[in-house]
Amino acid sequence: MNTPKNLKYTKTHEWLLEEDGVYVIGITDHAQSELGDIVFINLPLADSDISTGEALADVESVKAVSDVISPVTGVVSAVNEELADSPEKLNEQPYEAWIAKVRDVTETEDLLTAEEYEAFVQSEA
Amino acid sequence: MEKKTPLYDFHLAHGGKMVPFAGYLLPVQFPDGVIREHMAVRTACGLFDVSHMGEVLFSGPDALNNVEHLLTNRIEDMEIGRVRYSPLCNERGGMVDDLVVYRLAQDQFWLVVNAANRDKDVAWFERHRFGDATVADQSDQYAQLALQGPKAKDVLASLTDPDALPVKNYTFVENVDVQGIRCLVSRTGYTGEMGYELYCAPGDAVALAEKLLKAGGPYGLMLCGLGARDTLRLEAGMPLYGHEMDENITPLEINLDFFVKMDKGDFIGRQALEDAGAPKRTRIGLEVIDRGIVREGCPVFVDDRQVGETTSGTLGPYLQKAIAMARVERDVLNEGNECLVDVRGRRLRARVVLLPFYKRQTK
Repeated sequence: MNTPKNLKYTKTHEWLLEEDGVYVIGITDHAQSELGDIVFINLPLADSDISTGEALADVESVKAVSDVISPVTGVVSAVNEELADSPEKLNEQPYEAWIAKVRDVTETEDLLTAEEYEAFVQSEA
Repeated sequence: MEKKTPLYDFHLAHGGKMVPFAGYLLPVQFPDGVIREHMAVRTACGLFDVSHMGEVLFSGPDALNNVEHLLTNRIEDMEIGRVRYSPLCNERGGMVDDLVVYRLAQDQFWLVVNAANRDKDVAWFERHRFGDATVADQSDQYAQLALQGPKAKDVLASLTDPDALPVKNYTFVENVDVQGIRCLVSRTGYTGEMGYELYCAPGDAVALAEKLLKAGGPYGLMLCGLGARDTLRLEAGMPLYGHEMDENITPLEINLDFFVKMDKGDFIGRQALEDAGAPKRTRIGLEVIDRGIVREGCPVFVDDRQVGETTSGTLGPYLQKAIAMARVERDVLNEGNECLVDVRGRRLRARVVLLPFYKRQTK
């Protein structure tokens, strides 16, 4: 399992990177591995409001559909439209294939460090 | 507590991701993933563990009469060595199960049933048994492997006398010697490809799988899980019990007419099927036009009126299209018509296409 140290994580298997007040969100290597071949992503709309615990996007693998849960409350400032045509990038490079960026963040969930996330995944197995 | 097939450790050793299915722990996929497994079966060859399937033997002078009374398809004209598909109906015409029958001898029939229905089926068989016939659940005495794909014949022929293998579709040969392992081999499958199903003693299953895996390597054989099994059968337009069919759906409502012989003698469900007249529902294939994937249980709309719902759906890895089967009112949707499918609140446009979605090229 690949878990970059510079990122933060959630118990629902998203990763976050804060860049000057904007949160970049994607799904973890563990999540993509569990989902299997991802064939579709339903992306959020730019400028939409999003709250913690809400579905930010949903990703579908050949067999299953899974929500990407927003770990933050804010406004979607950018969406990675490239994923609509190439959802397999979520499998191939989960930490490059960001899903959305969120600005004006007023609230974040309790986030995990890389070590804490790894321990959490182990405990779930 | 789920049961393990004889290949459980073999799957783990090959990186199988194990999930509970019909009371068994089975691999849903191996490390290369569903799409590559699916493509291997379409273009080369795939190997599946289907040991969870149930095998029930009818024998005795009245075995034929019993099987003929239970099943909707005609059995009496089957030659020894033939396999036939049939629905199994209840008195209301609904489907108890769907299965394949092997005629082993004049008075011996082997019914291969869905794992999830095994206990129910055996109880049903016992309840309706009559005359001089016995019913034996032999499911635990057999492991089953499915070798499927255009290279299946080359792979299997490299391990046995090629002349010993069944040639025609839906035929079988008993006691085939696969490098010392005794197998019943049939030209059957659930993928839409040419292929074989091999039944052997549970104790031989790992050795047989190892031999097939090794022999298949040069041909591009891949181990395949339940995920690919589902996407393959869906592309091939094959119904799956619990999805397209259940106890409240008749075979005529899902276009299995060919396997219901109303002109044979009496069988369970016959009267109900006759009384019901022309079926009110039908099974159709849908190709999704808008971006998105349709799964089972999605309502299907025509002009804002719900006309049915989807029963299976996926992205077809070979076809590269989102496809679904749906059960809808009859005579509402015809080939080429468009409808809307509600996927978690989003309505996607879909087009009716003829089944199967995928048909293998035959020479």
